[in-house]
Amino acid sequence: MAPSEQTVLQFGPSSATLSAKVHPLVIFNICDYYVRRPDQAERVIGTLLGSISPDGVIEILNSYAVPHSESSGQVALDIEYHHNMLLSHLKVNPKEVIVGWYSTGLGVTGGSALIHEFYSREVSNPVHLTVDTGFENGKGTIKAYVSVNLSLGDRQLAAQFQEIPLDRRMVEAEQVGYDILKTTSVDKLPNDLEGMEASIERLLALIDDVYKYVDNVVEGHVEPDNSIGRFISETVSSLPKLSPSAFDKLVNNSLQDNMLLLYLSSITRTQLGLAEKLNTAAQIL
Amino acid sequence: MANPTARSFLQVAATEEVASPLRVVQIEGLAILKIIKHCKEFSPALVTGQLLGLDVGSVLEVTNCFPFPIREEDEENEAEGANYQLDMMKCLREVNVDNNTVGWYQSTLLGSFQTVELIETFMNYQENIRRCVCIIYDPSRSSQGVLALKALKLSDSFMDLYRTNNFTGEKLREKNLSWVDIFEEIPIKVSNSALISAFMTDLEGDAPVTQCDYDRLQLSTNPFMERNMDFLIECMDDLSMEQQKFQFYYRSLSRQQAQQQAWLQKRRAENASRKAAGEEPLPEEDPSNPVFKPVPEPSRLDSFLITNQIANYCNQINGVAGQNFSKLYLMKALHEN
Repeated sequence: MAPSEQTVLQFGPSSATLSAKVHPLVIFNICDYYVRRPDQAERVIGTLLGSISPDGVIEILNSYAVPHSESSGQVALDIEYHHNMLLSHLKVNPKEVIVGWYSTGLGVTGGSALIHEFYSREVSNPVHLTVDTGFENGKGTIKAYVSVNLSLGDRQLAAQFQEIPLDRRMVEAEQVGYDILKTTSVDKLPNDLEGMEASIERLLALIDDVYKYVDNVVEGHVEPDNSIGRFISETVSSLPKLSPSAFDKLVNNSLQDNMLLLYLSSITRTQLGLAEKLNTAAQIL
Repeated sequence: MANPTARSFLQVAATEEVASPLRVVQIEGLAILKIIKHCKEFSPALVTGQLLGLDVGSVLEVTNCFPFPIREEDEENEAEGANYQLDMMKCLREVNVDNNTVGWYQSTLLGSFQTVELIETFMNYQENIRRCVCIIYDPSRSSQGVLALKALKLSDSFMDLYRTNNFTGEKLREKNLSWVDIFEEIPIKVSNSALISAFMTDLEGDAPVTQCDYDRLQLSTNPFMERNMDFLIECMDDLSMEQQKFQFYYRSLSRQQAQQQAWLQKRRAENASRKAAGEEPLPEEDPSNPVFKPVPEPSRLDSFLITNQIANYCNQINGVAGQNFSKLYLMKALHEN
């Protein structure tokens, strides 16, 4: 800041290093609340919980809805509700703190600045996440913003919402399997072997694809791409080199281990069946 | 969610009388993700939470849930826990979440959930809610690409028996109840709102490989198997302890019967001699005699639960071994190529 008398028009602290990561649960939560929104409500808002790592990555791990009402430039937020819910959440997981708030709809709207101001009092530099539940541009757009203050000297003039990069972390959803989260209804959860089958089928399809690609390149139908070639050779060389006999031994040993375990578990089951019959059926008297 | 056959309120009211058996538990993806998040974050500690939803005919819909804070072994916290539960329910009702308790969820380690506590909790819930369900999630298995989610309830005949607290061999035979019949597993259906489905499809196109596939094709399942075997062996020890109790009981029972017979014979001989002498015969039963005091039969509940556990471990071992076989053959084929 210049020591002289002149006032400087400037933006507040830059947020260039900030980025956000959102977990699928948050999106599910927001969608659920939007589906259950009160009558005539155009959008829903709520609090985002998570953690901020020192390198400026904001992880949005959880969220809860906050009732609010909006009419002609006025926003009423149920602050008491917000605090009650926050206390309850902190009881379960004290590590998750407020990191910002969410709203449905595309982009930032008028009332957002007011709500953002409220959250600025709860946490410094909150994130504003918008989820376009209306699919206004044909896509489910999810964006994250932070506000940057425009100030003239010490006077606050305005706040500007600046978009920050958003990383959608779907690892958790992947572990559950998209198949069950994507469709509106799934009749049965896949069990061990069915899941395995699906995975192996997918692997086979991938290997087929690679074969086709390589064949096409060799025959000259497709322009060779060096980076793909490098990936393929890396993959192939990642297989450990073992002499056939050593490999056979390895496989056979593992097979036998598994056989033994299976045998043991079947024997246990037989034993259980027997014991049950003996315990309840035959009794002296 | 929309019922294809529209029913009038009268019809609904009429059908309400007959409680149809619970056939399917329908969980929203949101509830699944919440359960998984909670269980995984606190793993290996075991956590619980409440399930909210609706009871519609033979389907129990679980539409939301909330976690319970980790309970400390303290009496004072009990009231606090109840308060928390009430607060949470009130809050969730305000944002139009179904605030109807339909059961609870809990995490487990390698499927070791069949305990007396679980049954007690279940009985507690059952007192207030006619139909409730317990969702069990196993975080340790999810690292193998399996969604280890189970919906359980106690069978009706078991609940009757548990209320009377009567686990003698005779009663069990009467009811024809075996260890398999304690828990009933209910098939799980997953549903998502159209909005969520649209979002998921939009956000993630058809990826050729997912984390799930990597996890499934992981070759090192040995630690998992080892722990499974450890647990199995522990359970076997417990079971043999229980068996010893029974053996002891039977031994003392037969000893007592021998004593009773001996006493009876003595009494009869005495009576015969009294008759010969023209005296009144003594009664053939003497309740004050310690010989006639019945030996208490040990409860079979424990051994039933242990048996259930063992069966569960066996199933897991079978499942994983099956997976391993396919993986090994896959490896072999890959290597030969």
